[in-house]
Amino acid sequence: MSGETGRAMIEVDKLNVIFGLGADRVHAVRDVSFRVPEGTTFGLVGESGSGKSTVLRALSGLNPDWSGRVAVAGQAQKPRRDKAFYKLAQMVFQDPYGSLHPRHTVDRILMEPLAIHRLEDPERRIERVLGEVGLGPDFRFRYPHQLSGGQRQRVAIARALILEPRILLLDEPTSALDVSVQAEVLNLLQRLKQERGLTFVLVSHNLSVVAHMCDDLAVMNHGVVVEELAVAQLKRREPQHPYTRQLMVASLGYDRAAVDRFEDFAREG
Amino acid sequence: MSSQAHDLQGGAGWRAWLLSASPVSRRQARLGRSYIAWLSFQSNHLAMLGLGIVLALILVAILAPLIAPYHPNAQILTDRLQYFSWAHPFGTDELGRDIFSRIIYGSRLTLYIVILVAIIAAPLGLLVGTSAGYLGGWVDKVLMRITDIFLAFPKLVLALALVSALGPGIENAIIAIAITSWPPYARIARAETLTIRNSDFISAVRLQGAGRMRIIWSHIMPLCTSSLIVRVTLDMAGIILIAAGLGFLGLGAQPPLPEWGAMISAGRRVLLDQWWVATVPGIAIFVVSLGFNLLGDGLRDVLDPKSGGQG
Repeated sequence: MSGETGRAMIEVDKLNVIFGLGADRVHAVRDVSFRVPEGTTFGLVGESGSGKSTVLRALSGLNPDWSGRVAVAGQAQKPRRDKAFYKLAQMVFQDPYGSLHPRHTVDRILMEPLAIHRLEDPERRIERVLGEVGLGPDFRFRYPHQLSGGQRQRVAIARALILEPRILLLDEPTSALDVSVQAEVLNLLQRLKQERGLTFVLVSHNLSVVAHMCDDLAVMNHGVVVEELAVAQLKRREPQHPYTRQLMVASLGYDRAAVDRFEDFAREG
Repeated sequence: MSSQAHDLQGGAGWRAWLLSASPVSRRQARLGRSYIAWLSFQSNHLAMLGLGIVLALILVAILAPLIAPYHPNAQILTDRLQYFSWAHPFGTDELGRDIFSRIIYGSRLTLYIVILVAIIAAPLGLLVGTSAGYLGGWVDKVLMRITDIFLAFPKLVLALALVSALGPGIENAIIAIAITSWPPYARIARAETLTIRNSDFISAVRLQGAGRMRIIWSHIMPLCTSSLIVRVTLDMAGIILIAAGLGFLGLGAQPPLPEWGAMISAGRRVLLDQWWVATVPGIAIFVVSLGFNLLGDGLRDVLDPKSGGQG
């Protein structure tokens, strides 16, 4: 770990998520524990099906079927969250084409959280947050189908920020965007993090995105955290677990010889 | 907005304002969206014909006293069962009433039935379907089993049973038709809800702390309404036919109301010698049903993105 001294914003202890019953039972997340200090970015890395998004959904309150301990801002959370929690932590989804209501204008999308939490002065808040994510007032009354993928993701980020949360949960926020737009959105997120002192949890399969954004990361495989390390260690290419090394090789690009050497690190026990 | 208002090219200015890629107000965004839908609807000639028929029906119903040359119940017994003439464009029936005037006034009843059934059945089906689909669990089971029970009966038979229990009359016919026509709407609304309930934009609004009723009301219902509007419009023809059927059987509108089904029923007795007495109201039912069907097909192309329209 990087040995950060900051207060823990998120603490997860022995989180387990089990889907289904009997023969269909899937133990999707097994004894996952981590700690995110305030103002840092924590990465959850792994291939599809490794359980990283499931951890995020349990953390966000979308999936109430979990066991273990989850504490946010020092408060232990129950599976069902209250309104105050949603003001503290917001989520940005992977697919900007699916995360905006197709029949609502940007204005309506941003108005909704303000109406739910009965915040004052919605006009000013909407204008300000649109400016902050780099969308001018021109975009305010457009429908999602009139926006590009990057613009949509900016609207999704604006929607998450408009409640002024202290935590953003990012579920592969750039993987559905093309490469040039990815960088823009990542830089926007970095800037907002610095301006607002946000704490991020970033789920990604892309090691270079994680290396760019995160302070610490956990590598997940088959629902288990196989390794936790600081980004500095990742950049020095000194991860311990063979699975992490395999991911690193994979992130360098497609190499036939390397892919043939890949192993399946099925959980032991 | 003000810059466009100064535009001297009147019509072109409005067009540009409506089609603007960056509207400056909620109203402009909504109107622009409707205008684009209208443009795509306009290009469908059959749908425009349907819209024309339905608009004509509405106009005729509103202006009935001005259009109709006679009172619908005015009996001139000496002029019984007359053939088409200038005095009586569609002839007269067995009590010497002018059929043309009765058709005109009958449009009011038809519209009344159709609108009331739509107002009762569509929201009921929408509410039941979206609640069942979104809430799931036992709410879903109970609501959908009730829906299944209603769907197990043929519409007309159930309507007949209800009307015979409630007593004949146009209000009871409307209630009976409404009660028998909501289950398909509930099915459609539930199916739509199931496809969108797990989408990210619903998850996002849940994560904003929205309650279930808010999600159903302002996030799920708007997405179900378009397919429902299409279905209701297509069902209008069926509603008209059931109303006419009940009228024909003497269980709907009671004499002397000029209801088209009841008029056919009355004309049936003289069908062989004075065919027009039953045929003219039949043609009216046919034309109006056709109009609603064409309109519904056109609306489907515009409103339902799944059928390949430009949405």
